[in-house]
Amino acid sequence: MRNLWIFLSKYNAFFFFVIFFVVSLILIVQRNSYQKATTLNSSNEIIGRSYEQVSDLKSYLNLGRVNDSLANENARLRSMLKTSFYNDSTISKTIKDTVLKQQYTYIEATVVNNSVNRRDNTITINRGRRHGLEKGMGVICAQGIVGTVLNVSDRFATVQSVLNSGFRISASIAESGAFGSLVWGDEEFDPRFATLKNIPDHVEVKRGQLVVTSQFSLFPESIPIGKILRSDSKSGESFFDIKVSLFTNFSTLRYVYVIKNNFAAEQQQLEIQNKKDE
Amino acid sequence: MLPSNSNWKSKTRKMSRVIFANLLRFLLLVFIQVFLLKNIGYYNLATPFLYILFILLLPFDIPNWLLFVLSFILGVTIDAFYDTLGINAAACTIVALVRILFINVTVQREGFENEPEPRLGIMGFRWFFFYALLLTLFHHFTLFFLEAFSLQELNYTFVRIGLSSSLTLLLILLSEFIFFRKKERT
Repeated sequence: MRNLWIFLSKYNAFFFFVIFFVVSLILIVQRNSYQKATTLNSSNEIIGRSYEQVSDLKSYLNLGRVNDSLANENARLRSMLKTSFYNDSTISKTIKDTVLKQQYTYIEATVVNNSVNRRDNTITINRGRRHGLEKGMGVICAQGIVGTVLNVSDRFATVQSVLNSGFRISASIAESGAFGSLVWGDEEFDPRFATLKNIPDHVEVKRGQLVVTSQFSLFPESIPIGKILRSDSKSGESFFDIKVSLFTNFSTLRYVYVIKNNFAAEQQQLEIQNKKDE
Repeated sequence: MLPSNSNWKSKTRKMSRVIFANLLRFLLLVFIQVFLLKNIGYYNLATPFLYILFILLLPFDIPNWLLFVLSFILGVTIDAFYDTLGINAAACTIVALVRILFINVTVQREGFENEPEPRLGIMGFRWFFFYALLLTLFHHFTLFFLEAFSLQELNYTFVRIGLSSSLTLLLILLSEFIFFRKKERT
């Protein structure tokens, strides 16, 4: 017995080692079999609390990154909003009629860019080639005419608005049927008014008469343009310069319709033929 | 009667200072290990385990049973934070054993009065370097093999042991240099 005691005390380090090592191994094995039964892990009250405290502190250090991620998320959510989507479905109304063949199809569009203050104003709309838009098509809105399509991309189109010095269409006075050409920006650049030119001075012109598109324009006939405000006849000329107040409010323009002339190609072909024959 | 009494008194004071210093070191090292070093590391390859510095720096004349108990408690504490109950404890007991053997072989039993703790500044760089290297290697070897619990990813485990050991050793030497200098100045 005494010898054993001496032996144990002489090599006590080794025996202590064996004891503690075995205990550790038991702990390891136990943990593997009863993982959830152990209390000495991070679910422990004290340890969990201290982790919480430190993570509280850490969250301050991470605020910048958290802000960034929140901003990213905001951007992502914003891009999911309805307004961020490009509505690809076009509502184009076509009426099937066997007696009357449809000549004009209307393609609805939304104005995405607009200007009224420049000399040559253009509008950008969210419809393009894939919706059937082509250069030269007319654009109208609920109140009146807007312009003609200038350039077309796949999804967008720019419109040369009435408020453009290059714009020119054939318009007529509804009552008398006299037609001239409507221009803008000849002398004044007020987005509310345009000028109707080349109306012969024998035509009776009254204030308040309706000006509409003529049958020669690329627009369908009799689309309202505006009202006659006043007429001036320049001395020595036999034409009136009529000031027209436009119906279309260009500064608040939002929804427009692009007019597709289904017979345009046919008409063009014929007219080209004419030119060739001359 | 009087001198022995004063001697005893000074001994207790010394003892309480040692206990206090070690307690503080224990808490500090656990804190650093768990909240700082746990998040540092080169992926899973090189993870420093500076906390074994506590075992390294326990005084020379500590009884073996106390050394094992303290090592075990330290290991279990770290395990609790790491959610690896038993692994660090086992590694720490091995460190304690190796420490006893190494000190038995290299240091004479007499003269502990002058060299109370195996510090770098007291024992010299060469001794301390081998001491730390050996203990670190044993610790990491046990730790990573117990963690892997298989001989399948042998290369991976050895790479982990090598890289982690060098990192731990570097930190141990660094902290020793810092504290050694401080002591020299005061």
